[in-house]
This record gives sequence, structure tokens and C-alpha cells, in this order.
Amino acid sequence: MTDLTNLGIAAIRDGVAKGDFTAVEVATAFNAAVAEANPALNAFIVTTPDHALAAAATVDAARAAGQSLGAMAGVPIGMKDLFATQGVQTTAASHILEGFVPHYESTVSQRLWNAGAGMLGKLNLDQFAMGSSNETSAFGNVISPWRAAGDTAARAPGGSSGGSSAAVSARIVAAATGTDTGGSIRQPAAFTGISGIKPTYGRCSRWGVVAFASSLDQAGPMARDVTDCAIMLEAMAGFDPKDATSLDLPVPAWSSALSDNLQGLKVGIPREYRLDGMDPDVAKSWDDGIAWLSDAGAEVVDISLPHTKYALPTYYIIAPAEASSNLARYDGVRYGLRDLPDGAGLQDMYAATRAAGFGAEVKRRIMIGTYVLSAGFYDAYYTQAQKVRTLIARDFEQAFQRVDVILTPTAPTSAFVLGQKSADPLEMYLNDVFSVPASLAGLPAMSVPAGLDRSGLPLGLHLIGRPFDEQGVLNAGLAIERRAGFAARPEKWW
Amino acid sequence: MSSYRIQGATGEWEVVIGLEVHAQISTQAKLFSGAATAFGAEPNTQVSLVDAAMPGMLPVPNAECIRQAVRTGLAINAVINPWSRFDRKNYFYADLPQGYQISQLYHPLVGEGAIEIVADDKKPDETKVIGVERIHVEQDAGKLMHDQHPTMSYVDLNRSGVALMEIVSRPDMTSPAEAGAYLTKLRTILRYVGSCDGNMDQGSMRADVNVSVRRAGEPLGTRTETKNVNSVRFVMATIEYEANRQVDVLEAGGKIVQETRLFDPDTGTTRSMRSKEDAHDYRYFPDPDLLPLVLDAAFIEECRASLPELPDAKRLRYATELGLSAYNAGVLTADAETARWFERLVTKSAALQGKSESDVARAASNWLTSELFGALNKLGKALLDSPVTPDAGAELLALVGDGTISGSIAKQVLEKMLDTGDAPGAIVEREGLKQTSDTGAIEAAVDAVLATNADKVDQYRGGKDALFGFFVGQTMKAMQGKGNPGLVNQVLKAKLG
Repeated sequence: MTDLTNLGIAAIRDGVAKGDFTAVEVATAFNAAVAEANPALNAFIVTTPDHALAAAATVDAARAAGQSLGAMAGVPIGMKDLFATQGVQTTAASHILEGFVPHYESTVSQRLWNAGAGMLGKLNLDQFAMGSSNETSAFGNVISPWRAAGDTAARAPGGSSGGSSAAVSARIVAAATGTDTGGSIRQPAAFTGISGIKPTYGRCSRWGVVAFASSLDQAGPMARDVTDCAIMLEAMAGFDPKDATSLDLPVPAWSSALSDNLQGLKVGIPREYRLDGMDPDVAKSWDDGIAWLSDAGAEVVDISLPHTKYALPTYYIIAPAEASSNLARYDGVRYGLRDLPDGAGLQDMYAATRAAGFGAEVKRRIMIGTYVLSAGFYDAYYTQAQKVRTLIARDFEQAFQRVDVILTPTAPTSAFVLGQKSADPLEMYLNDVFSVPASLAGLPAMSVPAGLDRSGLPLGLHLIGRPFDEQGVLNAGLAIERRAGFAARPEKWW
Repeated sequence: MSSYRIQGATGEWEVVIGLEVHAQISTQAKLFSGAATAFGAEPNTQVSLVDAAMPGMLPVPNAECIRQAVRTGLAINAVINPWSRFDRKNYFYADLPQGYQISQLYHPLVGEGAIEIVADDKKPDETKVIGVERIHVEQDAGKLMHDQHPTMSYVDLNRSGVALMEIVSRPDMTSPAEAGAYLTKLRTILRYVGSCDGNMDQGSMRADVNVSVRRAGEPLGTRTETKNVNSVRFVMATIEYEANRQVDVLEAGGKIVQETRLFDPDTGTTRSMRSKEDAHDYRYFPDPDLLPLVLDAAFIEECRASLPELPDAKRLRYATELGLSAYNAGVLTADAETARWFERLVTKSAALQGKSESDVARAASNWLTSELFGALNKLGKALLDSPVTPDAGAELLALVGDGTISGSIAKQVLEKMLDTGDAPGAIVEREGLKQTSDTGAIEAAVDAVLATNADKVDQYRGGKDALFGFFVGQTMKAMQGKGNPGLVNQVLKAKLG
């Protein structure tokens, strides 16, 4: 039998349904791949081979009994360790939650299990999803399976969903969940040559997902191609009465409506995204994308999103503000780490616990967030940022009166060498420059692989759609996927 | 209207009072979680994952809590804001699992309203309107227990997330009596509406008391806020103490520090808890887990339609339609249960006597406020625990009304009813208490009384009119109280002629 780990979601599901192989065979193959690769890649914080096997056995038994199978039946996936998983340690890659085992299951993961998926393990990430390189994890950084041509330097898998991107691109999981607050699905997808979509804010329930910035956090799939993303997003999305910001809308059958025929579609190219000193390879891949969408029948339209340059500073006020409050619950009182020095009172316990439990980047954002919400600074920072956020959303509204989908690069560079940007947080934050505006506006957006740069590293193209129009984004992504013919894979060095 | 003043060494001082009342909303479930809210449950048995702020847990507003707050707002004629929003109030404490309280700072659910009070029961016509600035809804915190372990404090999260209304008055009160009347009236309204049980001893209603003093005509002085005072009496004591303390400080040349204080019920004094300098910076901001709360007109109208007749309207109706005295109308509407009891009494009385409610209401109100309340008082019982039901009371009044028994016999019957729980008709029958309207029997009794008191008959005829009452009393006594008083009078008048 060929290596089952070469198969993605659709192929596994269909193969299991047809009886070409069993779900247990698939799970076994992936478990072995995980065991082999993880010491080198550090993509998983914990592995759960038994969970994957048990889910697979259930699927095989259901098939044997002639029962109908779910949309993800027999598909072993990785679960970003930001989703609470019942009975399995859930850490957000932070020491403060090390050893925390929830007795509840997040809505999104539960939906995936209901669809027949199994869990290979909990994937590493930037601590509390704060980072663009996975270097802020308390469990060591993930190493990308990708290397530049003629270079063995360890590279960033992107972040914060870096465990997810590394595992999908190394083909040790069929797909993985990600979460995206300012680009945490799309940037790592671009860095590793895979596809990933952040749906419209509210499509996927946030219930049971460790919160970073509530008004921005949104879960989505990271997979090998656009079709797999569509299938998995259908399984993840849906109204959840336990999340007050959940969209009470039916989930469209995105996967069966996929089409790369873009006749009559208008694609906007925002001039503000063409930055001075843009990496020529990134610029070229953007031009390639324009040509491919044009070839698929779309009309290309120049547009302006005038407030784009304020997006990053706006994001770095709003997201830390929300985080500073969301992370207050990690106080050593009820669960997780408690550092109680001799003779310590309550305040001392808070200080010791949070000093020991949170990493440097998390502390930095808590401090920024606390500062911008403080009396005397609130209006100058937080209120102002909310106003700008409204203007950014309005930019998109106006653009979407003229165009149906917007094409930009996903990230300003390909994957950088680990350590290269960790000394300067501002340089790290620039990774999100193209992805953050869509997050602030709550729009669906995805990254699809476009090609390799001069060093042989993947570059992604970024599609932004109207609210609720995941279909438009997926279709444009499919059109690029079919024309880009991206078939490169990381050479196996682990 | 209030003439309450503090007499300082250097002259008179006025007191200015504002109250922030926290009222627990009477619902089965908490504000943002499905957990139950029973009082007195074992620690940490009424706690959901949301209340314990487990990772990834999210608040979802409980529509019933919102409904009750809107009904409360409508009951005080307040503006209902169709668009409101929840904000986070951030601070660290062990009884606050989220590290923030979900409240409403910037856009409260309920805006301006008003409550009319009567500060002095003896002057029921002297009313004053106290402004209510706003009502917002928020979560309660948990409770620390310091007596469970020698060196550690324990946390009980049963109250964590329980829905509160914070009802903020204008600084419109100027005496402890007014503050007491406001709090009592507010509690009455809440109980009528059913949005809060008003049980201050169980903590479901408590007040933060803002007090300042000033010379007449001067601008407002610096205020202090005494937190979590949990009875009407303590609120009044807090004001009394705090106002006098402030006058003493000012007259000694000192300054009032804006601070949070605590009331000590054992000593009746307040003491400083923390000053403005070490006040928290709560970093309020809109809760991003929650969408703005948008109410449509139909929902607000449904809330309005669901309101019962409120105390002010009821009091007015009792006075104008039923002809009750202002005092009785006030007493009988002071709480919903008493009013309900009274209305049943009136309805049943009217039915039994074949009269209109307005014809029987006055007698019923007098009987209830003087006879039954008095008797229950002696027994140490509340109206709700009364062995006499409104229907039995109506039966008793009907027996008086149709002349079966006299008013004085009715008192005896009531005592037996309270004693035995038996119906008044059965008691009258069993004890042979029926009033006699037999003129022959009355004439015989009158003749006997006049014969044995011939000297007094002479004095009466000589002009000592006051003796008439004596003859009535003697006749009634001779008839064991059963003589029809009207007939007794009539016969006596005729015979004494």
C-alpha cells in the first residue's frame, strides 16, 4: 500500500468510505509519522495516538454496520493546543496552563469529532497565540520542515499556528485546526506552502478556545489544498448558542459548490499593499496571482484601502487591550500554575504566579493592553483605535461595492530563520501587515500557496472576501491553486 | 421638605445623600451562565464553568435577567435604552474568577427614572420625588471564607455571576428618614414587580451610601461612600454617624477625604476602607465577548404589559375609588402581599354582603389595620402566617354587616378564629353569640336595668345626658353583649323618653 500519509482529507474520507483502506490503517500510519517527526519538528506538545485510533475504530465499525459516515470520517488531524480537549492537556503553549486538563470539549473540536475526525495530538503554537514564529511557546519552538536551498538553518513555521502549519506541510497530519487573530492561520500557511482559511468572524464558535483577543479570534482549517479547507471548515462552522458572537446562519455546502470559473468576478488589487522596498519575489508572486485570476475569467480592478497603514498600530492596541483582560483569569487561584512563596499573601501569589507562568511576549502584550486601557490613556489609544477600526472596515465595505474579492500577498517575506526577528518585536509584528486589516474587519480571508521564492521557500497569496462569502474566497483560492500548480514539498530531513 | 440639619458648633449643616442599591435579580439562573442561584446552598455547588472562568468559557446573557431589569425600570417610569452594552470592570481579587466584573458603565440598560417617597408616615400627604439616575445590570462576585483554615482563605463561587441590578439614585435625599423611606419604597416596588425579593438579611439587596455635608446654599461637599450596608436601619445609622463625623472634621478645620468606608453594625460607626489615592483603575472597556444589547419595542411593551398595579397607583385607587384614609391606603399598599390580602378581603366581603367593593372597603380596611393587625401583632405573627384567611375575615365582616353579631362580639369571634382556625359562622353558632333583635327580650332587659337603677334614671331625666351610655352598657352586659346595639338604643330612648 502507498503511504497513506500522502493523502489529504477528501482522499482519506473517500478511501475509507469505499473500503480502499481502513480508518485504523490511516490513523496508524499517521501516528507513526508523528512519532518519527515530532522529536525533530516539535510540532506537538502532546501526542494522542489512542484518540486517533479510537476515533478510527469507531468509523470502521460504523462503516461495517452500514451506517452513514461523517464528512471527516477516518481523517486524523492535529488540534491546535488552544482548543480545550476533554481529558487531554490544554496549555495555549504557556507554562501557566501546563498540566491543565479540561473536563470539557471545545465546540469546534467536538464538531470535528462528531464528523468522524480523530486527534493525533495537541499542536504547538506561540504562547496564547501571540507571535508569528512559534518562538514564544513555553514548550520550545516548532521547526519548519522547510529549509532554504543549500541551507540547513532552522526556519520559522510561522505563527501562531506554527505547529499546525509544520505538521500539515510535513504530512504528519491530514489537516489541522488553526486560530487566527491577526493572521495566525494565513501567515503560517504561507510560510509552509499549505492552504488555510479564516472564516467570517462568528462562523466558528469560540466556546472552549482559550481567548487571546475576543473580538478578533476566529478558528479555521489548515490543510493541503482548498478543497480540504472547504470540507473541514464545513465541519467546524455553525451557530453555537454558547458563544454570544456566534453567527446564527446556516453553514453553506462550500465544498460541493467549489468552482474555479471566475467569469464575471471582479478582483480588487489594493494599491496600499504595494509597499516600498517590497521583496521582489513577493511582488512577482502577486503579479502571478493577478494573471491566474484573470486567466480564470476574473476582471482585475485597482482599488484603494486608504486606512491600511493604520491597521497594524490599531491591531496592536485592540488585541493587547482585550488580551490584558482575557488573561486576568490565570491567577493561580483555581487551576493551572500557582506560585505561592512562603508567607505570601494574595497579591504576592498573583505576582509570583503570573511572573513565572507567562512568557516575555505575553507579558509585553498584557502591559501594552493594561496601559492603553488605563485612565487618562483610554481615549487616546483604545477609543481612537476603535474609531480607526471602523474606518478600516468601511474601506473594505466601499471596496466591496466595486469588487467581489481582494488579492494581496499573505506575508511580506518567506519563512525567516528562527531567531532572526525575535530580538525586535516591532519587526516581528510587521509579519501581519497584510493579514491584520481583514481581521479587524472580521472578513473571511485565506492563504493559498503561490510558488517558491529564489531560496526555494513557499510564498502565499491572500484572498479577502465579503462578510459571509467564504465561497468567493475559496473559489478564487481554487483558481489560483489550479493555475499555480504548486507541488513542492519540504525535503524530508527528519 | 426635610428640615433635618446637623447642629454643629459653628452653625447648621445640610446633609446630601445618594444611594447605590445592589438588588439581586430573582431568577433561577445567573446573568451569563446557566448555573442556579439558590441562597444558602453548600459552597461551590452553584457554579458553572463560566462562573469559574475556566479557559475558553464565554458569557451569554440570560434574557430573563434583562427582562426583569427592564420591568423594574418601567416601574419607576424610567427611560429604557433600546441599545445598551456590557463593559468589563477589571481588577484582581480571589472572589472574582474572570479578573473582571461584567457590568455596564458607558451605556446602561435603564436611564433616568424617579421614585416618590413619604418620609414621615404621619404625614402621608407630604411626598418627595427622588431621582434615579440609572439602573444597570452586572455580575456579583463570589465570597471569601476566612474561617475554614488557619492560614488560608477559601473561595465560594456560588454568588459568582449572579445577576444584580445597580440602582443609582440622584443625591436628592437630605435626611436619614428620607433615605430610609427611599430604600423601603424601592424595596416595595421591587417586590411588587417581582424582580428582586428584597431580602436584605440574605444579601439580595444592599446599599452603598454616599454622604456629604454642606452649609445651606453652598456647593456639594466632598462625599464618602460606605459600602454594602445591608438593612434600612443600618443605612440610616450610617448617614447619621457619617454626617456628624464629617461635620466634626470640618468644624475642626479638617478636610473630608473622598474614600470608601465600612459600616460596623456593632458600634454603629464607619471606618475608612481605602482612599481615592489607592482606588483601583478599573480599565473599563466594552466586553468583546458580548454584542450590544438591542431591545425592540415589542419586547419593552411586553415587559410593560406584564407589570402589576404598582404601589403608587394602588394607593391612589384605594384612597379615591375605595374611599380609604390616606394612612390606611399607605399601610395596605406597603407590600404586595398585604395588598393582595386586602383586595381578596374586599372582593369576598362585597360578594357575601351583596354590596359594591367601595361600600365594604372602608370597614374592611379599618378591621384589617386595627383589629387583625393588632391581634397578629400580639401573637408576633405576620399577615402571611395569619391563621385567619381573607375569606374567613370577609365572613366575619358579613356577620357584622347583616346584624348577626355586634362589633364587640366580632372581636371575641376574631380571637377564637385566631386561636382555633375555625370559621366565624361556626364559632358564633357554637358559642351562641348571635345578636338578639327580639324587641321583647330587649325591652325586658331594659326594664330590669331601669328598675334596678332608679336613682340614675332620675338623674338622667334631670339633665345628666351622659348617663345614657351607662344604661346601654348595663343592658348589653345583661344580654351578654348579644343585644342589637341599634335596637337597644332605640328602646332605651323610648323608655327614658
